[in-house]
Amino acid sequence: MRTVTIPFLFAVTLLAVTLCVTPSQTQAAAAGVGADAKATEASQPPPVATPEQAATKAKGANTFNRLMKPKSERNPAQAADGIHDPDNPGTPQLQPPKEAFSSLATSNAGNYINWVQSLKTNAVSPRYDRLDPNAEALILDLDIVREVKGSMPDVVYPHDRHTAWLDCSNCHPDIFIPEKGKNTISMAQILMGQKCGVCHGKVAFPVSECRLCHSKPKATAAKPK
Amino acid sequence: MFNPLQNTNRRISPSVLFLVAVTFLLPASSGMAEYADVVLNRHAEAEGVRPVIYPHWFHRIRFRCKVCHHELGFEMKVGANDITMAAILDGKFCGMCHNEETAWGLEHCHRCHSGLPGLKTGIRGGDKAGGPGDY
Repeated sequence: MRTVTIPFLFAVTLLAVTLCVTPSQTQAAAAGVGADAKATEASQPPPVATPEQAATKAKGANTFNRLMKPKSERNPAQAADGIHDPDNPGTPQLQPPKEAFSSLATSNAGNYINWVQSLKTNAVSPRYDRLDPNAEALILDLDIVREVKGSMPDVVYPHDRHTAWLDCSNCHPDIFIPEKGKNTISMAQILMGQKCGVCHGKVAFPVSECRLCHSKPKATAAKPK
Repeated sequence: MFNPLQNTNRRISPSVLFLVAVTFLLPASSGMAEYADVVLNRHAEAEGVRPVIYPHWFHRIRFRCKVCHHELGFEMKVGANDITMAAILDGKFCGMCHNEETAWGLEHCHRCHSGLPGLKTGIRGGDKAGGPGDY
């Protein structure tokens, strides 16, 4: 044990000395001019707090935006996401989400990725067929307007953005009967994971993004004066 | 099964220490699973391997939803697909692509079986509208 400790301590001391004597200090010492060293010091910009430092400035119980997830904590790598086992030999082989998302359009919820926009601009080009990379999607360009009972704007359901990803049979007839007036949809059902909630809130953008669906102002709505 | 309470002797295993560290030192990192990550653990841990984590986000960059949920026959409902390694080896479910032709094959166990012990089957990362959910 001791035979190992002494060379180790020597190595550490050597390393510390090497790190302390940087080339600039060596030059200044060789020239013997203190003014040079002062000038170098003055020319360096004063330390500026990064946004990260500013965010962590308020320590303790009363931090700013206590319950809001900061952007730096979004899309963590697998080893830090709380469900992957960092000790698993396969975990480091997995692509980190941030790397995959770096060139995609962003959004405010879910994966924080605007998947529809990313597909539209070819930032992603997912296959429409398992084996054929050139298969073209079968797009149905048909908007369905659903008048809502409450005060929210009416819902516009765009078939085109959905058929770009899905097949008709994914929704019809199990989730939505393809006939006008045959489907009653409520936000309660959606929050319980039915109707639109089969995907929205699970894999497609969540219901916190109200205005992406409730997008058509009511004709009878009072206009602001 | 993994149970820290059964650890009566004084030597604490490194994995227990690690789990304690993860639980208490890094509270911000728990529950940060990527939106729509799916944990599959109906059979995995009972068979002695880590739970499977399926990343929706990774796959939807490469395939539209309809490829798996229409062509391959994955039901869009947690618990509706009884996925076993035997079925996958027969070319069903994940085995439709993970066959060394369309995607890497089944010898890379740890790429899928990568979850922490004790995870419950279900869809993760739905921090804003998860709900009890039938689907």
